[in-house]
Amino acid sequence: MEQYSSKVMEHFAHPHNVGEIENADGVGTVGNPVCGDVMRLYIKVEKDVITEAKFKTFGCGAAIATSSMVTDLVKGKTIGEALKLSNAAVAEALGGLPKVKMHCSVLAEEALKSALDDYYKKKGLPSPVMMPADSGHEHEME
Amino acid sequence: MRKVYLDHAATTPVHPKVLEAMLPYFSGKFGNPSNLHDVGREAKNAIEEARVKTAALIGAKSEEIYFTSSGAESNNFALKGLAQANSQKGKHIIVSQIEHFSVLHPAKTLEKSGFTVTYLETDKTGMVDPADVQKAITGDTSLVSIMHANNEIGTIQPIEEIGKITKEKGVLFHTDAVASVGWVPMDVRTLGVDAMSFSGHQFYGPKGAAALFVRKGVRIKPQIEGGIQEEGRRAGTENVPAIVGLGKAAELAAAEIPHRMKYVSSLRDRLQKGLVEKIDHIVINGHPTKRLPNNLNVSMWYVEGESMLLFLNMEGVSVSSGSACTSRSLKASHVLVCIGTDAAVANGTLLMTLGMGNTAEDIDYVIEKLPPIVQRLREMSPLYEDMIKKEKVG
Repeated sequence: MEQYSSKVMEHFAHPHNVGEIENADGVGTVGNPVCGDVMRLYIKVEKDVITEAKFKTFGCGAAIATSSMVTDLVKGKTIGEALKLSNAAVAEALGGLPKVKMHCSVLAEEALKSALDDYYKKKGLPSPVMMPADSGHEHEME
Repeated sequence: MRKVYLDHAATTPVHPKVLEAMLPYFSGKFGNPSNLHDVGREAKNAIEEARVKTAALIGAKSEEIYFTSSGAESNNFALKGLAQANSQKGKHIIVSQIEHFSVLHPAKTLEKSGFTVTYLETDKTGMVDPADVQKAITGDTSLVSIMHANNEIGTIQPIEEIGKITKEKGVLFHTDAVASVGWVPMDVRTLGVDAMSFSGHQFYGPKGAAALFVRKGVRIKPQIEGGIQEEGRRAGTENVPAIVGLGKAAELAAAEIPHRMKYVSSLRDRLQKGLVEKIDHIVINGHPTKRLPNNLNVSMWYVEGESMLLFLNMEGVSVSSGSACTSRSLKASHVLVCIGTDAAVANGTLLMTLGMGNTAEDIDYVIEKLPPIVQRLREMSPLYEDMIKKEKVG
């Protein structure tokens, strides 16, 4: 396997924003333990701005690093901006990911979208969230 | 920082005496063993001496040893070579589901060329039932290949019993003993096998030299053609220094096996006990007693293997993981799946394989370092959070 970038290792060894948010405005859980990763993302929203983001992740080094990065990136963003955050942006902010680990960045995007979807539902508003079509877990690469 | 290498199933360091034996054959005694002149003879004599020592380790005759480049090559050679050379007898092959991929993939390839293959299940400890082998043999069966010990979970198969069955039925029997040779006593006559694969770098020899034992009189089709080497059964100029190293490693192993078994199993037991005491929700995989002396394969709930591996690496400890995340296929180990390990916990697996360079202090260091890593990852894990909440409700 390709080596992780130093940025990935930094976020893996010292992840930012680990934990839960009590009474979160949005919570999203994605992934599957069978595939080796599960991400849960919490957000706090004030006046359309994400003021707080936390995560809990079961997964490999890349899964933990992308969780840490996506929570960093999303803080201070408006809901509209957050909806546009792509997996590629998460991977790029980490200095790239090994090819076989790109699905971890997709999972991070999905976790965020799932939390935003939950936010709309809690508000009783129609959700504009489109979940990414490819979760990366359908691949059989053997 | 302390360095603890617990990945001897991946490879072992070359023993200093092995290196010493190899060194003259790189530059000074550089001859090609196929040449008749003195320089060639010198190299030829060296590999023949290595063949005698290699054969002695497994109770074989030297003319029954074919040198190859790796355990994977030996397994490919055995599966394809034996199946193809004996296809007039039949075109049915029996293997277990927990074989190494270098047995399973050639079996798949043979299936594509008209052979049929039965993949036997194991029990929860990874053990093949000899009665299942007996039942699977048909009039068309020509070859059975069951590994001596599994490289991941260490379970040692009832090879002798299976050998009696294959002998009675007149079916060829190959065993992949790559994980076992050098660590447990091995005698091809007692085991009743017709072919056996093993590899030098698994027991303090160099990478690049391995062997296939083929019982005298058994037909095998060459897979690398175009040379007279190895009685014409494996073409290619011999890797003389590595073969000399394999011979030396075999000689050392033959003298040391009882000591090695006692030493590594006592450390392994210490490690197992320490981890089980300090970590909850932990599962030991493989057979409780019929297991390689240096093998410890553990699964821990709610944490993922690669993360544990990376944190242990930061503490100077080298291990392997059986998680989906470190395999390119994103699938949990086929061995753990076969023995019925829950796929969720299979991803939280560490494989620790010990060696003669490990000390009791090393083991205590790992027992000290791993539990806080597991705890830290569990505190980060949504699965652990869910479990705790469920326990509180219950």
